[in-house]
Amino acid sequence: MKDPDHRSEARLYLAGFGLALTLTLIPFALVHWALLQGRTLAITIAVLAIAQIVVHLRFFLHIDLSRQKREDLQLILFTVMLLAIMALGTLWIMGNLATRM
Amino acid sequence: MSEHNLHPGLNLGARHGAAHEGAETILFGFWIFLMSDLVIFGLVFASYLTVANPTGAAGGPGPAEAFDLRSVFAQTVILLSSSLTFGFATLAMRHETGRRSIASWLIVTLFLGIGFLAMELRDFAHMIDVGAVPSRSGFWSAFWGLVPLHGVHVTVGCLWIVVMLIQLATLGLIPVVKMRVLRLGLYWHFLDLIWVGIFSIVYLGGQMR
Amino acid sequence: MIHTIFGRLDLSSLSLWRAIQDPTVSELVAAGAATAVLLGALVTVSLLTWFRLWGPLWRDWLTSVDHKRIGIMYCALALIMLARGVIEGVLMRTQQAFGLHGGFLTPDHFSQLFSTHGTIMIFFVAMPFIAGVINYVMPLQIGARDMAFPVMNQISLGLTATGAALVMISLVLGKFATGGWANYPPYTGSDFQPGPGPDYWIWSIVLAGIGTTLSGINFAVTLYKERAPGMTFLRMPIFCWTVICTSIIMIFALPPLTVAALMLAADRYLDFHFFTNDLGGNMMNYVNLFWLFGHPEVYLLVIPAYGIFSEVISTFSGKRIYGYMSMVYATMSIAVLSFCVWLHHFFTMGQSANINAAFGIASMAIAVPTGIKVYNWMATIFRGRVRMTVPMIYATGFFYLFVIGGLSGVMLANPVISYQVHNTLFLVAHFHNVIIPGVLFGLLAGYHYWFPKAFGFRLNEGWGRAAAYLWIAGFSFTFLPLYWLGLHGMPRRSATFSDPAFQPTLWLALFGAVLILAALTCLAVQLWVSIRDRDSLTVPLGDPWDGRSLEWSIPSPPPEYNFAMQPQVAARDDFAEAKTKSRAYTEPEEYEDIEMPNNTAIGMIICVCATLFGLALVFWMWWLAALSFLAIVLSITLPTFLTETTHVIPAAKIAAEHRAWLDKVKDASAVDRLEETQESNLGRALLERPTRIEAAE
Ligand code: HEM
Ligand SMILES: [Cu+2]
Repeated sequence: MKDPDHRSEARLYLAGFGLALTLTLIPFALVHWALLQGRTLAITIAVLAIAQIVVHLRFFLHIDLSRQKREDLQLILFTVMLLAIMALGTLWIMGNLATRM
Repeated sequence: MSEHNLHPGLNLGARHGAAHEGAETILFGFWIFLMSDLVIFGLVFASYLTVANPTGAAGGPGPAEAFDLRSVFAQTVILLSSSLTFGFATLAMRHETGRRSIASWLIVTLFLGIGFLAMELRDFAHMIDVGAVPSRSGFWSAFWGLVPLHGVHVTVGCLWIVVMLIQLATLGLIPVVKMRVLRLGLYWHFLDLIWVGIFSIVYLGGQMR
Repeated sequence: MIHTIFGRLDLSSLSLWRAIQDPTVSELVAAGAATAVLLGALVTVSLLTWFRLWGPLWRDWLTSVDHKRIGIMYCALALIMLARGVIEGVLMRTQQAFGLHGGFLTPDHFSQLFSTHGTIMIFFVAMPFIAGVINYVMPLQIGARDMAFPVMNQISLGLTATGAALVMISLVLGKFATGGWANYPPYTGSDFQPGPGPDYWIWSIVLAGIGTTLSGINFAVTLYKERAPGMTFLRMPIFCWTVICTSIIMIFALPPLTVAALMLAADRYLDFHFFTNDLGGNMMNYVNLFWLFGHPEVYLLVIPAYGIFSEVISTFSGKRIYGYMSMVYATMSIAVLSFCVWLHHFFTMGQSANINAAFGIASMAIAVPTGIKVYNWMATIFRGRVRMTVPMIYATGFFYLFVIGGLSGVMLANPVISYQVHNTLFLVAHFHNVIIPGVLFGLLAGYHYWFPKAFGFRLNEGWGRAAAYLWIAGFSFTFLPLYWLGLHGMPRRSATFSDPAFQPTLWLALFGAVLILAALTCLAVQLWVSIRDRDSLTVPLGDPWDGRSLEWSIPSPPPEYNFAMQPQVAARDDFAEAKTKSRAYTEPEEYEDIEMPNNTAIGMIICVCATLFGLALVFWMWWLAALSFLAIVLSITLPTFLTETTHVIPAAKIAAEHRAWLDKVKDASAVDRLEETQESNLGRALLERPTRIEAAE
């Protein structure tokens, strides 16, 4: 790795790796040592997972907020919106049906 | 990355000429494909959650009896490392450090992928032993519909790496090969993203009840 | 041994054999259909051999990656399947007309008919027809040379053909599902239907669905990345906007169908319990997943039809489309809203009234953007130079009938009403009322409108008019009475009925069905007559209707490379503006070499292997399934080792062709709109009121 650009980009990957690893370690630790319970635990896991997904997107998939090309970001956000409608809708409907059986 | 990004993911950079330009269209298409695949995973996740309850379990074994969190943690770290090593492979390609270094990073990634699959298969064998099989209950059907779906994706990714290694050797670093490695990279990182959902929702979530 | 090779395929799978064993009317009808399929195949093969057409067929069509040829093949597939679908529809109408306490078909056979009819009409008529028109028109309208991924385009066609082939084969081997086009479990689970029927449905839908998803990706990327210079999003013809919306649906709404169908397959093949009655299965989730696909699907079908009507209405009114921006917003909001309303297909499943209300309101909201569109179309016609050509007749029929269908849709969006008419013929009337005047009329209008572009000659006007009027009348007689029957409680999907009061209305519906059959016949005769008289219908200069968008600025049929030089777009409706500002038909200073993709056999190989794969799974021939799957994998992987995938068309050849055409254009006399449908129309339009055709923007 002679190229300084190369080295700095590699360092970014390592930073992403470190962050992602931390965000993995925490929830596993929380569950393994039963540090949190119930709802709090569920919410914490969800928040950490979303944070880790953002880290992956930023450091490995290079999706960022730079102004140059937004098509990628728009595509992802649009997908997330449709998926949220479909998946949350499914949970809502099926959950409601389950309570009424 | 200071230069103009034509497309998401790691850009090859202007000095790669045709491959850089061509990647714009091809990578955009591949992103759309991944997003379509994401919807598939998302709905399987949602279906999993709708049966992750006593009715769905139908008196069969629960998650706590069948999952081995240590093994899942190891799989997570392996897959995460493979994302890193794949990143190094794309960096090697971007900065033109030669076919050998690209190939070696790809081989490391391949072995990590195979390691992940081996551990996953061992977990599956254990589940079969304790009776956590799809024919047992709706819950286990959903589990076996979701986690192996990711496993199949990883298998395809591994085969793809093999094909790319062969093409690196036979075709060399021509533009189409570079664009394929870029796409493979997106695919590989995407699978790691899905895995975050799996370990959080299925494995850690399963331990909570 | 025999079981290892043939799986569960045996003599009794042959419908001809069944008819010999048990010659009831029902079995004879089935055997007749099987014979028709076999004879059709035989006649096609022998004609191709007799006229020595295998070579050209293979070289020019089956291995072509040209979006225009692929588009035409999609349309041909759709029209063939339409014939089968309509015949099945008429057969069902006949059965019901005679169905007071009986009729001539067994209930099981009737169920097969509505299942294949529904599946075919949606997946193998409407979808391929739409994919065909999009394939043909969209790249031309944005000034592209081809799709972004030409080979993948061919694979999509191959997979669609696979699905259609499986449904056709089910007439001869085994039986198709009896679970309707939605194929709900647990009725279609292995407990209740152990036979091959539901498996046919699963594999034809899954394989064709993969093709559709790939098409969606291809359309979207083409629209994003292959537009000609100057063709900004807001200069695209409305049809292209509708294609964006349709591709969104293809990309994001096909996955739920794939998921639902594959889960059902896992239940049937691997003893999973996703949707079974016992052991924690949840069949309601299938209904949920299916309609997560199913509702966006109907908008996948109708949105491009809106696009076609927009083009047709603006061209044949000699005006630019009224309210371009509101059209764009309306189309986009329909596309997104279509993902928010799926529950209106199962209001009666038992969820709480609040959920029903939420989805009911969302469903009614779709009427708003749709209404905007209808007003825009009417405003486009207003004070236009209107010509009542065949596409405009369809458009008029569409206005009246589609609005009725839309209004009955708003009624159905009210859960209270839906509870009353659920599963009755009211629903059948409603969806045929939007699908036939909406989707099918739109497609037929597009077929007449773009046919001269594709083949260089117009379609016969007289037979076309006859067909259009017959479709409109036939539709009205067949389906409007069903609203009444439904409101009076006649259930759908039933072979017989017991209330004699329904009898006269069902006879009326049968009369309508006969008119539809006549309409179909007129379409066939028209095609025949037009091909026979093609010399007097010829429009080689390319612009028979005084068109407004780029596809009319090139010869008919267009050359392989579409545009001799890349168009520079300066306005919305660029060709219309170019004609008024005399920048149409100009010769470029310099021609350039054009690189085009080579022909390939990948699509055909995948089509054949995937058909074998589907059949093998249906009949449990595991060795064949493995083998054909391997063949598919190899036929995708191996060609990636080839590096010579394009050829170059030299500039000199392009220059010669283009100049020859330009000379013909200069020599030809331009015709005015009164002569549009006459022999003198060679495809050069006279500018009638140049002052009134202002450029957009
Ligand atoms: C052209 C003349 C047509 C006739 C005579 C016709 C007739 C029928 C009849 C009799 C049924 C069964 C109704 C029942 O359940 O009792 C039916 C169902 C259906 N038709 Fe048509 N139809 C026609 C065109 C179409 C078209 C163009 C489409 C869609 C593109 C279509 C889609 C369907 C669907 C989805 C069903 C429901 C199948 C099911 O119950 O699962 N039909 N049609
Ligand atoms: Cu709907």
